[in-house]
Amino acid sequence: MRTSRPLFPVISAGLLSIALSTSLAACSSPATSQDTSTPGSTVATTASAAPQLTLTDGWVKATDEDMTSMFGVLTNGTGADIVLESATSESAGMVELHETTTDPSGSSTMRQVEGGFTVPAGGHLALEPGGDHIMLMELREPIEPGGEVAVELVTSTGETIPVTVVAKDYSGAQEDYDMHESEH
Amino acid sequence: MPTVNRRDLLGASVIGLGAGLAGMGAGALIERETSAPPAAGPDTAGLNGSRLEPFHGRHQAGVETSPQTHGLFLSLSLRPETDRSGVTRLLRLLTEDAARLTQGRAPLADPEPELAEDPARLTITFGFGRDLVARAGRRHVPDWLAPLPQFGIDRLRPELCRGDLLLQVCSDDPTTVAHAARMLLKDAEAFTRPAWQKAGFRRAYGSDPAGTTARNLFGQVDGTSNPAAGSADFARLVWGETGSGQQFGPRGAPPTDLATDYPDWLVGGTSLVLRDIAMNLDTWDEVDRPGREFSVGRSLSTGAPLTGEHEFDIPDLSATTEAGLKVISPVSHVARSRNVDEPAEQIHRRVYNYHSIPITGEVSEGGMMFASYQASIHRQFLPIQRRLDEADLLNAWTSPIGSTVWAIPPGCDAGDYIGSRLLEA
Repeated sequence: MRTSRPLFPVISAGLLSIALSTSLAACSSPATSQDTSTPGSTVATTASAAPQLTLTDGWVKATDEDMTSMFGVLTNGTGADIVLESATSESAGMVELHETTTDPSGSSTMRQVEGGFTVPAGGHLALEPGGDHIMLMELREPIEPGGEVAVELVTSTGETIPVTVVAKDYSGAQEDYDMHESEH
Repeated sequence: MPTVNRRDLLGASVIGLGAGLAGMGAGALIERETSAPPAAGPDTAGLNGSRLEPFHGRHQAGVETSPQTHGLFLSLSLRPETDRSGVTRLLRLLTEDAARLTQGRAPLADPEPELAEDPARLTITFGFGRDLVARAGRRHVPDWLAPLPQFGIDRLRPELCRGDLLLQVCSDDPTTVAHAARMLLKDAEAFTRPAWQKAGFRRAYGSDPAGTTARNLFGQVDGTSNPAAGSADFARLVWGETGSGQQFGPRGAPPTDLATDYPDWLVGGTSLVLRDIAMNLDTWDEVDRPGREFSVGRSLSTGAPLTGEHEFDIPDLSATTEAGLKVISPVSHVARSRNVDEPAEQIHRRVYNYHSIPITGEVSEGGMMFASYQASIHRQFLPIQRRLDEADLLNAWTSPIGSTVWAIPPGCDAGDYIGSRLLEA
């Protein structure tokens, strides 16, 4: 997970009001983040009042090829584990949940995850380059930098969570899909 | 503008260290700092990495903000295929990056998020050139958003006079500037190409008390007559707003109508004339102190006018010597740049020095990025510039080599982006 250390390790009373007034305090914990300034990070809520599973800091790698990866921080606002089982998108013919594993020789392999991503009760799961991520395949059109992609996250209990993520140019997160395809 | 009080911050950093060193009280550390350097442990005096300047607000930061140590000016040219929709996506991306970076948060997709952790008062200020505004519709372009008239002193290099989007990146930490610039440029790459860039500096944080008027590489105290941040003068002269309070500088109350010609998308913004001024340090070396002070009309040691004692004393342009000569030469920089009868003719200068060591040739090359903010280029900047072009002793050692004009759009609120009122007009 992207580290976000508190900006003021020790906040004196005088600084606290300044920190709060500039939303500083919010950035140390995605769980309390307001994130109204983040067009790419739609905080989705289900019909009930409390958010069940949310995605913040969501983004997708811009591409003119037919597949790409999506990242962000999943947060479970409930007291029980939530399993993200699948995802769908109007922009992609196929969406898979992938994990990255490293074999003893040091080479990493991407593969579809068995049983989905488990987001622990009250905790986070980071989707990031070189780690767990969501693969969008059979893209219907290029994903332009600064554009937005809508995705629906589906939990094991059938809840759907619509999110919108922003597309960014990114030269990492290289996917040699053909190589991994042969390993499936 | 909320800024962290320096004394509080120092206290916080000392307390932070104290908390990490079991058994050592904060009082003991403060005592040490004033007596002798600590024998062991990190030096936390003057820690300023966590200081923040607000990003969101009515005005963009980086204009009225007390100048940071390092300034980088990135001028970008839009790619031909970047249309209105592309400009919108570009500005959304860059605004998001800037909102995060300035608050010490890594932008999305930052491979080096740790480099975002010490903003050190980072500000990122957007300037729009004529062509960027035109891509939202030619009717939105103010008539002044165009190259300045050519001046006799100009030695302009065309490659330094281009660009459609300016990013002014300022921080007290040069690593922060480099990282911020790289993140911005990566997101801009699909929409723009670099036109030119120039990095500059001022006295480092901690060298002088905050607010000390800076010196340029000629050794001159430079910027004494700037309107004070937060003053009614500043509101009128830079933002074109009435401002609060009736306290005005010695030049009298500036008019309140300097920005009445602004299109709606620019209200709350200002204009920037950015001049890259080469300073010939080698020929300046040939001038002795009396000649140097005569050319400016100010004391080198204090910055005081030659008719005064202190930096902020008002120059008396009519004072004469016993021999009947003017104490401040009528062709000195001070005499030529001031129009004491016209309070509108004031600008806000936010200058960064640059210096490089050539492989051969001169001892060194120096200059300044002369960033002049004013509500009206026609009524404020140009009258001053015309007078300096006609006569100014300093012209013997300075040559403008780059010149660009920018509209500085207003700031934005959280969730919005810089330029939204233009792109969605």
